[in-house]
Amino acid sequence: MADYSSLDIRQRSASTGTPPDIRRQQEVAKLIDVSKCIGCKACQSACEEWNDLRDDVGINVGVYDNPHDLTAKSWTLMRFTEYENAETNNLEWLIRKDGCMHCTDPGCLKACPSPGAIVQYSNGIVDFVEDHCIGCGYCVKGCPFNIPRISKTDNKAYKCTLCSDRVAVGQAPACAKACPTGSIMFGTKEAMIEQANDRVVDLKSRGFDKAGLYDPAGVGGTHVMYVLHHADKPQLYAGLPNDPKISPLVAFWKGGAKVMGLATMGFAALAGFFHYVTAGPNEVEAEEEEEAIDMKARGARRSADEIRPS
Amino acid sequence: MNVQVSRRGLLKGIGVGLAGGSLGALGFGALEPAMAASVRPFKLAQMKETRNTCPYCSVACGIILYSLGDRSKNAKSSVMHVEGDPDHPVNRGTLCPKGSSLLDFIKSETRTKYPMHRTAGSSEFKRVSWDFALDRIATLLKEDRDKNFIAKNGDLTVNRWTTVGFLGASATSNETAWVTYKVIRSMGALTFDNQARV
Amino acid sequence: MTNLWMDIKHADVITVMGGNAAEAHPCGFKWVVEAKAHNNAKLIVVDPRFTRTASVADLYCPIRQGTDIAFLSGVAKYLIDNDKLQHRYVAAYSNAGFVVKEGFDFNEGLFTGYSEEKRDYDKSTWDYELGPDGFAVVDETMQHPRCVMQLLKKHIAVYTPEMVERICGSPKETFLKVCQMIATTSSPDRTMASLYALGWTQHSKGSQNIRAMCIVQTLLGNIGQLGGGMQALRGHSNIQGLTDLGLMSNLIPGYLNIPIEKDANYADYISKRQFKPLRPGQMSYWQNYNKFFVSFQKMMWGEHATKENDWAFDYLPKLDVPTYDVLRGFELAKQGKMTGYVIQGFNPLMTFPNRAKMTEAFSKMKFIVVMDPLQTETARFWENHGEYNDVDSSQIQTEVFELPTTLFAEEEGSLSNSSRWLQWHWQAQEAPGECKPDIEIMSELHLRIKALYKRDGGAFADPILNLSWNYATEDSPTPVELARELNGYTVAPITDASGATTPAGKQLDGFAQLKDDGSTACGCWIYSGCYTEKGNTMARRDNTDPGNKGIAPNWAFAWPANRRVLYNRASCDPEGKPWSERKKLIEWNGKQWVGFDVPDYGVTVAPDKNMGPFILNQEGVARLWTRGLMRDGPFPTHYEPFESPMANIPFPKMKGNPVSRIFKGDLADLGTSAEFPYAATSYRLTEHFHQWTKHSRINAILQPEMFVEISEQLAKEKGIVKGDWVRVWSKRGSLKAKAVVTKRIKPLNCDGKIVHVVGLPQHWGFIGKTRNGWHPNTLTPVVGDANTETPEYKAWLVNIEATTPPNDRVA
Repeated sequence: MADYSSLDIRQRSASTGTPPDIRRQQEVAKLIDVSKCIGCKACQSACEEWNDLRDDVGINVGVYDNPHDLTAKSWTLMRFTEYENAETNNLEWLIRKDGCMHCTDPGCLKACPSPGAIVQYSNGIVDFVEDHCIGCGYCVKGCPFNIPRISKTDNKAYKCTLCSDRVAVGQAPACAKACPTGSIMFGTKEAMIEQANDRVVDLKSRGFDKAGLYDPAGVGGTHVMYVLHHADKPQLYAGLPNDPKISPLVAFWKGGAKVMGLATMGFAALAGFFHYVTAGPNEVEAEEEEEAIDMKARGARRSADEIRPS
Repeated sequence: MNVQVSRRGLLKGIGVGLAGGSLGALGFGALEPAMAASVRPFKLAQMKETRNTCPYCSVACGIILYSLGDRSKNAKSSVMHVEGDPDHPVNRGTLCPKGSSLLDFIKSETRTKYPMHRTAGSSEFKRVSWDFALDRIATLLKEDRDKNFIAKNGDLTVNRWTTVGFLGASATSNETAWVTYKVIRSMGALTFDNQARV
Repeated sequence: MTNLWMDIKHADVITVMGGNAAEAHPCGFKWVVEAKAHNNAKLIVVDPRFTRTASVADLYCPIRQGTDIAFLSGVAKYLIDNDKLQHRYVAAYSNAGFVVKEGFDFNEGLFTGYSEEKRDYDKSTWDYELGPDGFAVVDETMQHPRCVMQLLKKHIAVYTPEMVERICGSPKETFLKVCQMIATTSSPDRTMASLYALGWTQHSKGSQNIRAMCIVQTLLGNIGQLGGGMQALRGHSNIQGLTDLGLMSNLIPGYLNIPIEKDANYADYISKRQFKPLRPGQMSYWQNYNKFFVSFQKMMWGEHATKENDWAFDYLPKLDVPTYDVLRGFELAKQGKMTGYVIQGFNPLMTFPNRAKMTEAFSKMKFIVVMDPLQTETARFWENHGEYNDVDSSQIQTEVFELPTTLFAEEEGSLSNSSRWLQWHWQAQEAPGECKPDIEIMSELHLRIKALYKRDGGAFADPILNLSWNYATEDSPTPVELARELNGYTVAPITDASGATTPAGKQLDGFAQLKDDGSTACGCWIYSGCYTEKGNTMARRDNTDPGNKGIAPNWAFAWPANRRVLYNRASCDPEGKPWSERKKLIEWNGKQWVGFDVPDYGVTVAPDKNMGPFILNQEGVARLWTRGLMRDGPFPTHYEPFESPMANIPFPKMKGNPVSRIFKGDLADLGTSAEFPYAATSYRLTEHFHQWTKHSRINAILQPEMFVEISEQLAKEKGIVKGDWVRVWSKRGSLKAKAVVTKRIKPLNCDGKIVHVVGLPQHWGFIGKTRNGWHPNTLTPVVGDANTETPEYKAWLVNIEATTPPNDRVA
């Protein structure tokens, strides 16, 4: 599974070969609109259920966050922050869904010494391939967001897969499908940025002047993005890094120059690629095409369709 | 009867839902089976879908129960996964943290499975047969009804029985509620309430 | 809900008060988020705690629990004082101009007619003045000193913003912001949706909390409109259905009443319930009471209900008290007057107030039967679980049965949701072990009891022996057979108004066909239409939504008559034109009412015929004044909770609701604020559903252990540290839990006194996957709402201190 025989792999850990570049897919992204999030943990629940994870039943330590941190069996969790906004005198309960950001330039993949244990698909998903994982923990050190966790039972690294299995058959990730308020959206990265821009306008109209999109350039952008009310202060949201970067140590160890070269090439390829997909030669069956057109017509009915991306 | 709409209608519904997210031609390409296999296997491919309603709150989200086993004469089917019904006008495929984990509710280790009986002063339950339980309960009910039924209060016909109480549930179907109503009211019972208040 | 979940998207303002919709109904709450995102709606949350709903609100206002009437009366006063009323609506569609009889008065918290001895009112002065024509006298100018509008003004005059702040602890400026935001919906094209739940009902004046918001919504003209309405968010998946079907002491399906002792016979019973219209031109739906009732009796007893035997009127029990509700039931049990309890899908040991009383009550009964798909604490009340259930089994003589039942995935049938939709569902798996559907268990019990009566005779067996039981498999009626009975069918041929005849044995199209001559049988008149000759309308799954109005008329079936928005006639002006194009729902086209929903009106009754839009009310209009319909007054009044840290500021002589029923022992069990200084409240968390999901592993992971929430200030005062163990106790019991210390609860300043709120979620017990814990019912007082007997779970008194862990948690 997940080697270069698949034409959809963009990068592969500890591999020197150049991936074939004949089939690039449009990039996907999950957009988490923190301003719509009610912290219900449906995403956590759906993630555990879909991925057959069952973490330990913990204890209460005086906060709503449960489990208290990501684990090999909890790939996402809500982090709750009570913030007293000195400017408005309002209490704000900032609730952020934490989990893998699926960086365009993934520090974990860069750090991983085991060939093929971490792959990045051309749609942007960064996935761990446990069969190849040696449990060294370098991915943990390489991640600027502190996401991967090593399992105590099988000594392998685990994290969110962005439900690559679901995305592969055209389904949204389990968390996005479940999210009751549509706070978690899933689609092309382009569509998600557009969606985020709409949301920012609405938030500004409600007095959040610094509302904005979190898609940090330091890691080449991410495939999990946030709409934040206070985009100028990501740290407010349970320590979301203001300007995440791959540790220079990791970059050095993996040979930064080569990596950067690859990434640049990736971006260049991308520009031409959008046209390819839009007009694309994908085999679309007549019936699907009909339904896609139908959806375009429905697209006009904003309120009905935009509440759910899928 | 499983899914009442035509399969065609349902599939179309789901297809539309996906296209709505502009996902149809994204992610991993044109749903090429070999491609899908090279990523992670999609576990629902072989499962049967049944429409149901979430049993928790009053939003009554539409859910789809994915089960294995074709419910032919000798096969037992078992729910393996639960997901929101994308066609449902209220929840539109979403589910809350309770609905998303209905599987663990259905499969709970602490479900009741056999009729149990505890006698006076005992510190444990003992498994009994349905016949024993139902005969014993019917006898207890009749004994008390015969003893405490009030037919008259002075000249007034009142025909009531108040010394055994009945509590209706909150997640049973309307059909269950109706048969419960018939059975309980026909005995003249008045100490009768449900969970509307809690 | 007067409207439906999707309809919330049309709201311009949404007020969540007396509930926490984001937490308790997340998937319904998406329509609030949608209204904010695409209708530029503003969300107001009024709650003692900054909740998950508040986390996405535009405006949050704190309030002391149990003071909602003062707050809302203050809002109503603001609307009237600032002329923010929808004038035409109020004039034409409310009873604001109705003149009240002479002799009515309100003094020091009491209405006229109070008897302290009976703890009840003689309500004769609370009615309208009737003219010589028998109709109510109405002053359309609303200036008559005894008209409802003038009485209302006088009644709420005391609730100034300053008084609201003193009583509720809500800062005056925030309160005024709430008023201003709400007032924007007085214009005909703007609406406010009120979302509430048990945060209003679980008080000793719960029904009047809701009445207070009904007054606000009526003054604003928001009832019957898209994006308006009173949205009661019911708690459980089918508690709407259980209530519709009358599974209560005093009800018959479809909100008909069980007779009382004074109802001598059928004619007498009907004459007291077949209300006559109070206005010329008005119709009253309850004039059809006889048809609903006779059809019900025919469904129950078939050929044994005849005109000659008064439609088997005497087969029904007659009440000697208003209700034998649960509070009375367990009080009687505690007194040793109950023999047993049969409990279906319910965990009363961990639900009803005063756990110690519940344990005592269960221990005094000869037997209990619990039918449930889960092991419940109730079925094991006699089992020792250390300090979590410290009982001596050998001293408890109660015989207990625990009967395993199927759950939703293992059966088919319909559930009625908050929007009054009856949705059919289908079976997906076989039940484990020997679980049986409740239908089979109830049927087998009936058949066995019937056989015993047939063999041995006994007390008045006729209603049991003659209960109609026409099912293909006697001990296992199918859900379809039962649904067909709920819908109803013809027993003999019937002829409708147009002369068309329906032969015997046909499913009815709807309740309009019901007769009082025994030719129709119907289990529940409001459900008629759910299973017609055309089939099972509850199984319909067409989500088409013409006009994108959020109606989806062909998805399942909604009662009554598939109508989705109640009182929708009021969405149009008196001439039949929609108040606004944007919120058009139905309209008069010159010949009939047409539109996106089933009109709540005579379809061909022209607007100038003076029929009021509230056709279920005798007045035909919305009620600002409720006459004698509420036990505790024609207007809501502020009373303190039975346990409260405050005196009643405006009415010092009347602390609690003067007509709430409270039993002697429970009165003695009330604590004072000297001993128990903190204002406690109980609630749900989104991660759990009552005590069900503690059996589900994932939910146990998400919220594993009981906690209490307190402010940073109280924590500091009491030396309590976040995550440490605390003991919380009331006059009735004591429990231990973890402390969550939060900025989301702030001390309230009420009339200069600092009131600390202690919050207790309610999801733990001693069986299941979560950690062992207690339910707040260990602490709560036994007193109910004056009208519904809903216990006061939302406001009582406790004390709190730091403590050591329970024994099973000592490291």
